[in-house]
Amino acid sequence: MAKPRTLFEKIWDSHLVDVQNDGTCLIYIDRHLVHEVTSPQAFEGLRNAGRKVRHPEATLAVADHNVPTTDRSKGIENEESRIQVETLEANAKDFGVEYLRMDDIRQGVVHIVGPEQGFTLPGTTIVCGDSHTSTHGAFGSLAFGIGTSEVEHVLATQTLVQKPAKNMLVRVDGKLPAGVSAKDLVLAIIGRLGTAGGTGYVIEYAGEAIRSLSMEGRMTVCNMTIEAGARAGLIAPDDVTFEYIKGKPRAPKGAAFEAALSYWKTLTTDEGAVYDAELIIDAPKLEPMVTWGTSPEDVLPISANVPNPADVADPAKRAAVERSLAYMGLTAGMPLTEIKVDTVFLGSCTNGRIEDFREAAAVLKGRKVAPGVRFLAVPGSGLVKEQAEEEGLDQVFIAAGAEWREPGCSMCLAMNADQLKEGERSASTSNRNFEGRQGRGGRTHLVSPTMAAAAAVTGKLTDWRKL
Amino acid sequence: MDKFTKLTGVAAPLPILNVDTDMIIPKQFLKTIKRTGLGKNLFDEMRYTQDGKEVADFVLNQAAYRKASILVAGANFGCGSSREHAPWALLDFGIRCVIAPSFADIFYNNCFKNGILPIKLPQPDVDKLMDDAQRGANATVTIDLEKQEITGPDGGCIKFELDAFRKHCLLNGLDDIGLTLQKQDKIAGFETQRSQSFPWL
Repeated sequence: MAKPRTLFEKIWDSHLVDVQNDGTCLIYIDRHLVHEVTSPQAFEGLRNAGRKVRHPEATLAVADHNVPTTDRSKGIENEESRIQVETLEANAKDFGVEYLRMDDIRQGVVHIVGPEQGFTLPGTTIVCGDSHTSTHGAFGSLAFGIGTSEVEHVLATQTLVQKPAKNMLVRVDGKLPAGVSAKDLVLAIIGRLGTAGGTGYVIEYAGEAIRSLSMEGRMTVCNMTIEAGARAGLIAPDDVTFEYIKGKPRAPKGAAFEAALSYWKTLTTDEGAVYDAELIIDAPKLEPMVTWGTSPEDVLPISANVPNPADVADPAKRAAVERSLAYMGLTAGMPLTEIKVDTVFLGSCTNGRIEDFREAAAVLKGRKVAPGVRFLAVPGSGLVKEQAEEEGLDQVFIAAGAEWREPGCSMCLAMNADQLKEGERSASTSNRNFEGRQGRGGRTHLVSPTMAAAAAVTGKLTDWRKL
Repeated sequence: MDKFTKLTGVAAPLPILNVDTDMIIPKQFLKTIKRTGLGKNLFDEMRYTQDGKEVADFVLNQAAYRKASILVAGANFGCGSSREHAPWALLDFGIRCVIAPSFADIFYNNCFKNGILPIKLPQPDVDKLMDDAQRGANATVTIDLEKQEITGPDGGCIKFELDAFRKHCLLNGLDDIGLTLQKQDKIAGFETQRSQSFPWL
């Protein structure tokens, strides 16, 4: 009998083009997403070497990082941003790659666009010059971020030079309590593993709580896997996955769908397969989570207090806590629920999907954003925005006093005009609370969509279940 | 890509855990469509004040370290985004080698594509080199890639581990794409078989 294999091993094995004597592998890449920030130098490299894109039809380009989320009729005001977006469009045209323009309803954050278009399929390898490519692992695809040199390598050869990763199982047993979301779950996992705990691993998520998540929730979990240092997160596809994919524009249709489906159903970890590491999480014990520091691992339940550096034994870690607290302007021991915010950001590849907007709107409905708080609601794509508007969610946000914006990465990394000013503090549904991430001197608390909405209403970090 | 064989230079200490790519090169500098010119903005928010003045006590602003070519840092260096602008900024400043107890995967990979050698060492060895680096201009360190050896200012020698294929590419300044294109036939063969097994792709 064949050796039992994990889901990761099955996908890896089916993409091996070559294995060198030293174990270095050449793996085939099925799908390549391209955005404006990490691709110009790659296309320039192809041009300089006289190379073509090997499979333009396996490549999809969209601008997201630099695009304005306000009125787009006048184009992009910032010259460098405009040049970068125009360069992507020109490169896509020159190399025959499909490009979704800023005024296309399908435009949006690259990791929201891929699944929406059915570009993301189970069992495939997917890369993008963006660390949050791990999002697509929610479909049981091996998806990871790469640098620009590797973007060029994939464009030219449709392959990547890799060593196999180690494989970790994160099993989440039991049910998540009411009011605790996929975002809270993944923040809790990052808190347990640490920001480097997953380095060198591909993490497969399994267990009852994972199975109970929608595709949106699964994407949130896989998205933030990179924040634990792992390159990819994986969830075995099931009926929830197949139902989501069916009918998507680029998904297989008819007999091709049936053929694909019978293969996709084999994409599970075999009984008896061995992982290099395992972590078991008890879902019923989880609470809504918030970050207090400047690394995603600096996370605690909302009921906790800001940690005290004096309690940290390791000197390097103590120094890191001190540095974080100084940057964040927080006092050791203060309750997290006393932290006031002036900005709320709902959106990003982590939490910019329709379900996220539904959940935040349900909290906001009939309530008002607190005086002095700015609330940016930025749908992850034109299609998410359209769906939300069909459901009347935009009116809930607007009535509460939030700004209803155009789709893009926006304040997740603040490359466009959506930024925090020095000393401003946000409750943000994005993925990174690094120093300066949302604007120089800006302070970020990562939260779920419902927690973001609650913070907007009260003006401070709040357990939304107690509203 | 420039070859990496032997490097002798000043090592700058950066004793911070989880140095992320936003710290190395903040997003406002990612709008470039070039690989060069990012060195002046390396560690921008730690290196300059809001109005562009140098922060005197930041390591790379100190006279002894302005020409550093080696960086000694805390664990999980380069975590965060996949931006290759991070190694580009290091390289443009003149850093050819980063020594730390651990690195984030994507950053680690990106270094090799740009002729930068990231060296993972056990914490006690990094602590020793951090001490050495803190000696300022006397902190001259030699990295010999062929021998996989670091020689400190006091002549002490530390061995380091490295993947053999990566070492080979770095020593010879080899272009990955060129190497892969030598396997054209294997790629084409894979594609033929793939179109039979997975016709929906």
